[in-house]
Amino acid sequence: MSGSGAIERALERVLEGFAAGQKAALARAVSIIEDQREGHERLAATIHPKLGRARRLGLTGPPGAGKSTLTTLLAEAYLAAGMKVGVVAVDPTSPFTGGALLGDRVRMERVALHPNVFIRSMATRGSLGGLASMTREVCDVLDAFGMDRILVETVGVGQSELDIARLADTSAVILVPESGDAIQTLKAGVMEIADCFVVNKADRPGADRLRNDIEVMLGLRGGGGPAPDAHHGIDLKAVNPKRQAREAAARDDDRWTPPVLRTIGATGEGMPEFIAALDRHFAYLERSGTLQSRRRERLRDRVRDVVEHRIHRRLWRDEGIQQWVEAQLPALERGEVTPFTVAEALLARSVAAGTFTGSPT
Amino acid sequence: MSRPIRVLVAKPGLDGHDRGAKVVAAALRDAGMEVIYTGLHQTPEMIASAAVQEDVDVVGLSILSGAHMTLFPRVLQLLREQGRDDVLITGGGIIPKEDMDALEQQGIAKLFGPGTPTTALIEYIRAWFAARQAQGA
Ligand SMILES: Nc1nc2c(ncn2[C@@H]2O[C@H](COP(=O)(O)OP(=O)(O)OP(=O)(O)O)[C@@H](O)[C@H]2O)c(=O)[nH]1
Ligand SMILES: [Mg+2]
Repeated sequence: MSGSGAIERALERVLEGFAAGQKAALARAVSIIEDQREGHERLAATIHPKLGRARRLGLTGPPGAGKSTLTTLLAEAYLAAGMKVGVVAVDPTSPFTGGALLGDRVRMERVALHPNVFIRSMATRGSLGGLASMTREVCDVLDAFGMDRILVETVGVGQSELDIARLADTSAVILVPESGDAIQTLKAGVMEIADCFVVNKADRPGADRLRNDIEVMLGLRGGGGPAPDAHHGIDLKAVNPKRQAREAAARDDDRWTPPVLRTIGATGEGMPEFIAALDRHFAYLERSGTLQSRRRERLRDRVRDVVEHRIHRRLWRDEGIQQWVEAQLPALERGEVTPFTVAEALLARSVAAGTFTGSPT
Repeated sequence: MSRPIRVLVAKPGLDGHDRGAKVVAAALRDAGMEVIYTGLHQTPEMIASAAVQEDVDVVGLSILSGAHMTLFPRVLQLLREQGRDDVLITGGGIIPKEDMDALEQQGIAKLFGPGTPTTALIEYIRAWFAARQAQGA
C-alpha cells in the first residue's frame, strides 16, 4: 500500500515544521489530533515531554456575553508582554447535520495577524457538553508548540463548565447584566468551578446588581441589598476598601475566593484587574499545590482515556469477539441469559485473561 | 469514520454587506461542514492566515467588488508560500466567464455566478473532497 509510507512521510514533515515553529505544521498537528488521524498516537507521544509550560485559561459563559471580546483583549495584553498566545474557540456542532458555524474569529481580528498568536476554531462534534472532546489534547499541542498562554472559549451550557474546569488551570465565567435572572440556575455547576467571575458589559444597567448577587451567592457579602449602582463614567477602579481587605485576606490564605470583576469590552476597562486576578489565581495554584494536583488529574484522565480507547478498539474490532457476541443473541432473545451475564463472560475471558485478542472460547 | 470538511468563508474587499456570504456559510453548515466564518473586509493576508491556522480544506470567497482578478491569485499565492497548495479555492460573485477561465488557469477552482443555488457549491465541494480522500491525501 502506498498509503502508510506517504502518511509516515507527511507526519515526519509535520513534526519537522512543528519543531521549527511553523504555524501550518502546528495547524496540521491540531487536525491530526482532533480527527484522530493516522499517526496521532505517535504525534501525541512526541509532544508529551514538552507539556507543562503554558497556562491554560478557560472563558465560559452564555451566548453573546463577550467571551471572544475578552479573549481578544487578554490575548492582546499577553502579546504586548512578549508572550506567545494560543486561542481555542469552541462552538457547538449541530446534532442534526453534523455541521457547525464557527464565528468567533470575527471578533478576534485585532490580534489575528500577530506573529505570536495562533487561533483555532473547534466544533464540539460528538461530545455531550459544550466542549469538544479533543479540546484538551489540542491544548496539549499548543502547549508543546511553546505557547505561554492558552485561552479556551466555550459557550456555557451546563455541562461545559465542568468540562472546561477539567482542562483549564483557571476558569473564568463571563456573565452580563442580562444574565441576572439566570443566576439561580448557575448556582449548581458554575459556582464550584469558577475561579473568577467577570461581569462584562458593565456599561449597561444592572452590572453592579449582578455583581452583588454573585457575591451574596459566594458568601462574600450579606444579603443586604445591592451596592449602590455606579453611574456611567465613574471610576470603576475605585474599589470598596472592605472588599480590598477581603481580597487581601483571601490572597494570604491557602484558600481561593473567586473575585467578581467587571469589564467593558469596548473600552477595555477592567482588563488590568481581570489580568491581575488571573495571575493571582495562578500564584495561588502554585502556592497551594493545586496546580500540581490539577495537572496530575489531567494526566490521570489522559491515561484513562487512552486505556478506554484501546480496550474499545481491541474488543470491538476483534472479529472473534464480534462473532461470539452474535452467537449469544438467540439466548439473549429467549431470555436465558442477560446482557450482564454475557458482558461478564466476555470480560472474564478476554480482559482478565490478559489478552484482548482472539475470541473468548 | 470520515471527518467533516472544513471550509473558510470570507468576504474580502470594501463593499458593505455580507448577506450572501452568511447564506453560503449557513448552507455549508447545514450540509454537515465545519464553516469558519471570518466576516467582512478581509484582506488576502487575513484570509490566508486564517485558512492556515484553521487548516481548512476549502476557502470560499464572496467577491462583489470586482477585484476578483487580484484577490483570488493573491490568496492562492499566500497559501502556497505557507505550503498549503492543496486548498480548494472557490467562491462566487459577479465574475465574467473569461475571468473565471483565466483564474482557473492560475489554479483557482470553479467559481459560481450570482443566483447559483448553494446546492451546486455543496455538490462541487463534496465531489472534490471525496476524490482527494480517495487519492489518500
Ligand atoms: N455594550 C457592550 N457590548 C459588548 C461588551 N463586550 C462585548 N460586547 C458586544 O457583545 C457582542 C457579543 O460579543 P462577543 O465577544 O462576540 O461575545 P461571545 O460571548 O464571544 O459570543 P458567542 O461566541 O456568540 O457566544 C458583540 O457585539 C460585542 O461587541 C461590553 O462590555 N459592552
Ligand atoms: Mg464568541
